This record gives sequence, structure tokens and C-alpha cells, in this order.
Amino acid sequence: MAIVKPKVDAVIVGMGWTGAIMAKELTDAGLRVVALERGPDRDTQPDFAYPRVVDELEGSIHRKFLQSLAKETITARHGIKDTAVPYRQIGSFKPGTGVGGAGTHWSGCHFRALREDFNLRSSMRQRYGAKFIPEDMTIADFPLTYDDLEPHFDHFERVCGTSGKAGVLNGVKVPGGNPFEASRSREFPLPPNRNYLGAELFYKAAREMGYSAYPIPASNASAVYVNPYGCQMGPCNFCGFCSDYGCLNYSKASPNVSILPVLRLRKEFELRAHAQVLKVDLDATRRRATGVTYLDAEGKEIEQPAELVLLCAFSLFNVHLMLLSGIGKPYDPASATGTVGRNYSYQNLNRVTLFFDDTVQANGFIGIGGGGATFDDLNGNQLDNAKAGFVGGGVIWARQPGSGPIRGITTAPGVPNWGSAWKQGVKDAFRHSFYYEVQGACMSYRANYLDLDPTYRDAFGRPLLRMTFDWNDNEIRASQFLVGKALDLCKVLNPKALSGDAKQPGEHYNITRYQSTHTCGGAIMGADPKTSALNRYLQSWDVPNVFVPGANAFPQNNGYNPTGLVGALTYWAAKAIREQYIKSPGALVRT
Amino acid sequence: MLPVAVGLAGCAREADKPADSSRALGDYKPAFFTAAEWAFMLAACDRLIPADDIGPSAAQAGVPEFIDRHMQTPYASGEIWYMQGPFIEAAPQFGYQGRLAVRDILRVGIKGIDAHCAMQFNGRRFAELEHPEQEALLKTAEAGKLQLEDISAKEFFTQLLNETRMGYFCDPKHGGNKNMSAWKMIGYPGVRADYSNWVEVRDQPYPLPPVDLAGKRG
Repeated sequence: MAIVKPKVDAVIVGMGWTGAIMAKELTDAGLRVVALERGPDRDTQPDFAYPRVVDELEGSIHRKFLQSLAKETITARHGIKDTAVPYRQIGSFKPGTGVGGAGTHWSGCHFRALREDFNLRSSMRQRYGAKFIPEDMTIADFPLTYDDLEPHFDHFERVCGTSGKAGVLNGVKVPGGNPFEASRSREFPLPPNRNYLGAELFYKAAREMGYSAYPIPASNASAVYVNPYGCQMGPCNFCGFCSDYGCLNYSKASPNVSILPVLRLRKEFELRAHAQVLKVDLDATRRRATGVTYLDAEGKEIEQPAELVLLCAFSLFNVHLMLLSGIGKPYDPASATGTVGRNYSYQNLNRVTLFFDDTVQANGFIGIGGGGATFDDLNGNQLDNAKAGFVGGGVIWARQPGSGPIRGITTAPGVPNWGSAWKQGVKDAFRHSFYYEVQGACMSYRANYLDLDPTYRDAFGRPLLRMTFDWNDNEIRASQFLVGKALDLCKVLNPKALSGDAKQPGEHYNITRYQSTHTCGGAIMGADPKTSALNRYLQSWDVPNVFVPGANAFPQNNGYNPTGLVGALTYWAAKAIREQYIKSPGALVRT
Repeated sequence: MLPVAVGLAGCAREADKPADSSRALGDYKPAFFTAAEWAFMLAACDRLIPADDIGPSAAQAGVPEFIDRHMQTPYASGEIWYMQGPFIEAAPQFGYQGRLAVRDILRVGIKGIDAHCAMQFNGRRFAELEHPEQEALLKTAEAGKLQLEDISAKEFFTQLLNETRMGYFCDPKHGGNKNMSAWKMIGYPGVRADYSNWVEVRDQPYPLPPVDLAGKRG
């Protein structure tokens, strides 16, 4: 028999960005909130304290801030006829665990989406005709607009102390920022960070190629900052331990630094770490959640009744919990019916590396996760998709989150993997090379989806989530086009050697290579309950007292990092809960 | 031209005897590896990262000690890997799908390589081969062209190389990178983790030597 806890107003599953935002907003509204986090509690002190936190072996090999795949993972396959096998070792993407979630070990790139990212399907149809979109491409418009989200994008940047430069302020172009961005109501809370060599040279090369480079919006503070909640940040010291690591310096925005200091003081808020949620409990009608069942630190089964359930886990595990709990109809690719698991998408990431002689001090060990430079000349409406030959766009950027030798040293083409020639190769490359990346959009397709695996189980006996995903021709063409442009850009800088990894025709998704943690879709928001799991307020169409914020809600992925949009969507959903749902619980969109 | 090139290669070999590199390990006694496995590790690590005037060899940097200690951590027992079956064949894009954890991959692989050597080289083990023979064998394993009992030679090689590089470049507290010698070779400042004053300096190399987690300066 499960132990039954006293009922609360809201239970939150997962204490990353979306969980922390929801907890703040709902306790603001006076609700009693319990948050259940599967991993340990974490804070800057002692968990990210110098020097222990910068041990590369612990951070990037033992992966102390990531989830252990021994407990929960997924299975993967390329096509619907294949047998999926487990994601046994961390590779392609890195879900976090513990308080802060992936918001602890992220880099800090903090973009807003473009205006046209919200109506991608209509925009493509309007610009190039309906036939331009391949038949099996299931991209969709978001059921809301940039203008709906602008105040929330703005607020989340305030919370994160985002450093950057506006390109369009209240409809007027201003120099130094992205001229193609949707209009902002205010300048960034902090000015851009300083440029390391790779970023400085990026501006030079972009200028020569006629691109409009601008500072990547970075939630890595460029100066002392106090956010609207009174949480304090210190200026980033370019320590080089962003991605994979918690910030030692209160410089990278995270739930731990930017929101939890306030939440932890609130009587209405209770945080339970080491609480592994197994499922959402539904009543006999299957249309109402009664709470969640979880295992506590000792493994005892606990029932937490609640009026409102907020699934705030990593995108993949939100979908997993919905499937395990029977919230919504599972997607079936054969009939293209059902909603949960539909439109899984990813990110089309590619890298080019530039090698110089020893007079060029690139110093890749100097790092800042979100800092650097990028341009949007090949993204959104700027790209002539008909000419380029693919749907979606992307950005090319200079980023330098910090490298260390355990994280790997990319050597120049022709250098072997071992022996004296390898030693010479790493010595030549380590201080004198840097990379630029192409971050391409990734479309959604009928056959790329998530469901439950028929064979493999997690440490708690539940079926693993199964990912069916492979690259489509559209993304391969995009990769070739954008990497080609990136290589042209690099040639301006006259490197001694240059390597690039554009995807090749017929190339399959390789889950062993780290690419991006931007796993998107699977429980998407939409205007039609037949083709989306969530309405425009991230509320389940089927079980209206369940909300599911996260990148799972994106119908497809754009060329930017998702966190800015995830945060804005969460604030948007929280506002709807506070202003509409609490007064009148039930579906916020009529069907 | 040809005899000169051969002669130079021969000289380099002379400077690189197993006896030299094992001295740097001091009194370390392996706790995980058996005597036979340890002999393999001493030889194999120094073929992957040999002694030369670029920087220390793997053994000089303490890599075998690192690996012996690393094999005793939860990581090497599969703590963060999904280890449940069934274990089925899959395309290489899905990664290692066998049932062995890192420590067992090394152990089974060493046994397989030594068994292969005994067959092919008249009873000699890997550690007893000449350096060029050892290098040739490692190249065959890397290319996936070596058939071993119970393990993919390529998977074994990948893990061996990963562990060797980790031991070479890790913080000295883990047993490798003795005296931060590998960090000095590449110019890595170690765990300084503060470069506020050097972000915009372009005209001179970063000037400070490395620092390790214990606060020692290199």
C-alpha cells in the first residue's frame, strides 16, 4: 500500500527551468506547491564550488550532473520496421538530473524565436506553394504568435540577466543587434560579453561576406546583476566550465541561481529531492488527474494527491510520463492518428574547425557558454528556401563554451588518433584552433516519433521510451548548404587547415556522437486536438488539470537554442493558470 | 633516400624501450589488474602515447596507474550505463550494445589480445612483442580487422584509447598526468578557471603555468 500524503494545490514533476518557473508563479498566486525532483538537491554551494566542480573527469566523463542511464534511458531506432536498442551510454544528447535539471549544465544561449518561426507551415506554403512542403513533413504552426509571447520572452531575459544587444526596439532597427529579429519592447538587461579571438574573427569574416553578425544572447552575466526576484549574479570570468557543469561563479543563469533562492524561503513551497515520479494518477473517467505516484529516497511508494499536475521533466520524459499514465492517445505512424509521441524533432548541428599556426592565440580553454557571435542571414525569412532547396533555416555561430583536454582535442585533418604524430597534433591544435558551428532547424515527419518500447524496461520496471528518428533528405540538404556557407566564411580567415562535417546523402542519425540536447516535440501544442497533445496554454486536451511545459511542445525545431522559447512558453502557461484556470478549473480552449 | 628514413625510424625505436617507461611508475602496485594484464597495460599505453621529445609517454605520465584506479570506480562498473538486456546486434550508430562494463571490456580484451598473440607469435604475449609488432596489432584492432574471443577488438581499442587519453590529461589527483606534464605539453593552464584578464589579449601566449585541483603549480 502506498503512503498517501496530504493533498496539495499543485504537484510539479521535475525542478529544472520549467518546474522552477511554475513553482514561482503558482506560489505567487497563493497555491500550495510540492515539487518532486528525481535527482539530488543542488546549489552553487557546495555542489558547484571551486575547485571540485572543475574536475573534467567527474564532469565530462563520470557526468555527475547528468541522469544515470542505468535508471532511465530511451531506446532508439532509425525506422518503424527496425528493432530499437537502448541508449546505453551518453552521446547525442544530455538530459540533466537533480535540482536545476539541464538548466544547471546548459551553456546559456538564450534566443527568442523569430516571428516567422511561429507560423512555419503557413509561411512556407505562402512563400513557395503547398507542394514545397514534402508530403510526409508534419510541420505545423504554433497556436500562438510572437506578440503573445513577447512580454514573457522579455521577463525570462530579465530573470536570467541575459547579456546581448537589441537589433529591433519597438519596431525601430538599432545598430549592433540582429536586424532580422522580431521587435523587442526593451533592450537586454545586460550589455554583450567581451569577445575571445574566435568571436572577434567571426565578426571580421561575416563583415567581409556581407552577413549581419551580432552577439549571441547569453545568460552568462557580463556585469553584476540583480534580477526582478532579487537574486544576484556576478560577472562571468570565462572559466571555461559551462556545458556539462554547474556555474562556480553565480554567472550563468540557472533555476538554482535565478529562482530557487526565493522559492526556498516560501512556506507554500516544498521541494522533495530523490523523488522519482512513476506516473500520473487518473480517476475512473481518465479525464482527471488525482495526483502522482512516486518513489521516495528509500524506494517507498508515495501517493501525492493534487488538484493540478505540472509535468516539468526533460522534454523526452514528459512524453514518457504521459504515455505511461495514459494521458492522451498514443500516436500511431501507420494511420497518422493519435497525438502523444507525434512530431519528435531534434537539431541539425554541424561543426567546422579552423587550425592556425602558433602565432594565433585562440586559447579555447577560455570559455563562456552562451557568449560569441552569430548571424541570421540564412535563417527565417532571410533565406530563399526555394533556391537553397530545403524547408527551415539555421544560424552559423562562433561559440567557445570552454575546452579541456579530457573533453577532447580536435586535431587537424590527417592527424592519427595515437602515437607521436597524435601528440604533435594535439599540441599544435590545443591553443591554436577554434570552431564555428551550424545550428540548423529540424523539421518534423510522420515517421519520426516517440512511443513505449515493447522490450526494454527502466530500473523501476516501466517500459522505456522508444525514439524512432532518422535524418531526412531535407535536413541533409540543409546541412550541406549551411556547412558550405560556413566553410566559405572560414576561408576568409585563411586558416592553415579546415575541417567540416556536413551530413552526407543517406547518412543515418548517430546517437553515439554528442550533437545537441535540443530534443523537441512528442507532446506538441496546437489548435487541433486531433493532431496535438496540448492546447495553446500547454494544457492537455484530454486531462485538463495536467499542463506539460517544455520543448516537447514545439511542433518542429527552429535554428535557435530552445531555452528562451521554453521559458517564455512556461510563463505564458503560468499566466493562463493564474488568471483563468484557478478561477474556473477546466479546459481553457473549447473543443 | 630510403635507407636514411629507415635508419631514423630505427633510432627512435632505440630510445623507447619498455623498461625505461615503467620506471616512472615508481612503487605503484596494481590493485585491479593482474600481473599479466599489467604487463599488457604498460606496453599498450606506451605504444598509444610513446616517449619522444614532444612530451611524456603514457607510462611516464602515470597512465597505467590512473587506469588501474579508474577501473575500481563505479563508472567502470557501469554505474551510468544502461546495462539491461537483451543485448542485440545493432548498427554502429547506436553505440556499444554488449553486456560488458568498461572494466570488463578491458579485461576481456586483454585476454583476447594475449590469446591471439600466443597463437600468432609462437607463445609470446603482447607485452613480449617487438614495438613494431605491437603497433601493427593495435592498428589492426583500431581498424576492426582483428577477430577476438568474446569482444569486438574495435570496441576494446576504443575504450583502451579513451582510458589512456583520460589518464594522460586528467587532474593528477586521479593518478595520471604526473606533475601536470601532459598539461604542460599542450599549454593547458589546468583548473585556473578564471581568464577575465586574458579574453582580449591577442599578441602573446597565455603566460601562466598550470594549477591542479590540489592547488599545486606546474
